[in-house]
Amino acid sequence: MIAKDNIKISVQHLYKDFGKTNILSDISLDVREGEVVCIIGPSGGGKSTFLRCINKLEEVTKGQIFVDDYEITDKKVDINQARQNIGMVFQQFNLFPHKTVLENVMLAPVDRKLLTKEEAKTRAMELLKRVGIEEKANEYPHSLSGGQQQRVAIARALAMNPDVMLFDEPTSALDPEMVGEVLAVMKELAEQGMTMVIVTHEMGFARDVADRVLLFADGVIAEEGTPKEIFDNPQNKRTQDFLAAVL
Amino acid sequence: MFEIITKFGPTLLEAMGKTLTMAFYSLIFASIIGLFFGVLAVVKSKICNIISQVFVDIIRGVPMIVLAYFVFFGIPYACKNMLGFNLTLSALEAGIICLSLNCGAYMAEIIRGGIQAVPKGQMEAARSLGLPYLTSMRQIILPQAIRTMIPSIINQFIITLKDTSILSIIGFPELVNSAKGVVALTFKSFQVWAIVGIMYLIIITILSKLAKVLERRLSYDRKR
Repeated sequence: MIAKDNIKISVQHLYKDFGKTNILSDISLDVREGEVVCIIGPSGGGKSTFLRCINKLEEVTKGQIFVDDYEITDKKVDINQARQNIGMVFQQFNLFPHKTVLENVMLAPVDRKLLTKEEAKTRAMELLKRVGIEEKANEYPHSLSGGQQQRVAIARALAMNPDVMLFDEPTSALDPEMVGEVLAVMKELAEQGMTMVIVTHEMGFARDVADRVLLFADGVIAEEGTPKEIFDNPQNKRTQDFLAAVL
Repeated sequence: MFEIITKFGPTLLEAMGKTLTMAFYSLIFASIIGLFFGVLAVVKSKICNIISQVFVDIIRGVPMIVLAYFVFFGIPYACKNMLGFNLTLSALEAGIICLSLNCGAYMAEIIRGGIQAVPKGQMEAARSLGLPYLTSMRQIILPQAIRTMIPSIINQFIITLKDTSILSIIGFPELVNSAKGVVALTFKSFQVWAIVGIMYLIIITILSKLAKVLERRLSYDRKR
């Protein structure tokens, strides 16, 4: 159980190895309710792996992760139940190509019996409207642009009514002109008080929306602070190098 | 030629019907077996993977004729002499068992390949929504896998349909067996085997065309 009520995600001394290669070492992080945490850093730094550990897409090697009342790292946790509370958005969208946009959004709430078909449909249309693509509801994903697909993916994750949303480089696979529309949806979500952990290369977005920015490098949190601290006055050499390279 | 068709046509058609019956049941069971062992091959469990691999290796490594003799003669013998009860298998039953096992093993490989060809992100997306593994498999992975598997599955079905002829050796009166009888009566092997060949050809051509239609229907990339 999490000690403080308003802590949504708590990671304690997390280690992750792939075979003999160490990916993450001794990562600890608490994310408060409604907080937006952006994770930046060079590729290979363990950002995505860290995010994927939070909903157990990767098994951790050592350490504990709590999301709400669930201990994700507990072998006996009902992971399907826990995951319903954790929305995830992927770099490659991963929409289900054999289902329409509407079916993509409706599928999980209906299958998990959270909503009846009718309710799920109403809810899905609401969400699609919120992300601005209700007119594409009956089309198949392949007829949508990347930006539209990613917005559907966000709606699909929101359909389960999660407390927490994880974004794994949500705009990295998009054409530049489509990045803005996805970030706009995410920004709106942040303003509505969603707890979000976002792995991103969009420094402007991180500066603008994040409450806290973490710089991952070589499997550790090299630096952590408000966007102002990180972007305007980075202390760590690795942060300075990284920012010099990307900005 | 016409004399054979008018005189023995009904016999051959009936035999064709038996061939199709045997193939039909075999394909249904083979699909179930194939799906079972195919999924077993991809689940995250070493033991399951090994069980699937052993099944496929054994069936693939034994000629169908040997399997047919083993099932039809060997198993009833073992039941009677070693286990102490009588088991009689009709030629049809034995045939269906053989073909199901044989086709099932190849189907398992096709299904394993089809499942593995679905991008990993699909399973991750389904699981991250809180769907259990088997639900994700049924709702998300298999429907997509089937599409890529259709050509290979139909191909395997055709092979199995043709393999029914091997079961003539255990005396099931399918097409080849009946044709042998007709040849014995008429001595006109050229005509009889030509007719039989054409009969197979027609059925299989129909099946192939059907496969093409199905393939087009199921693809979501090309339609619309």
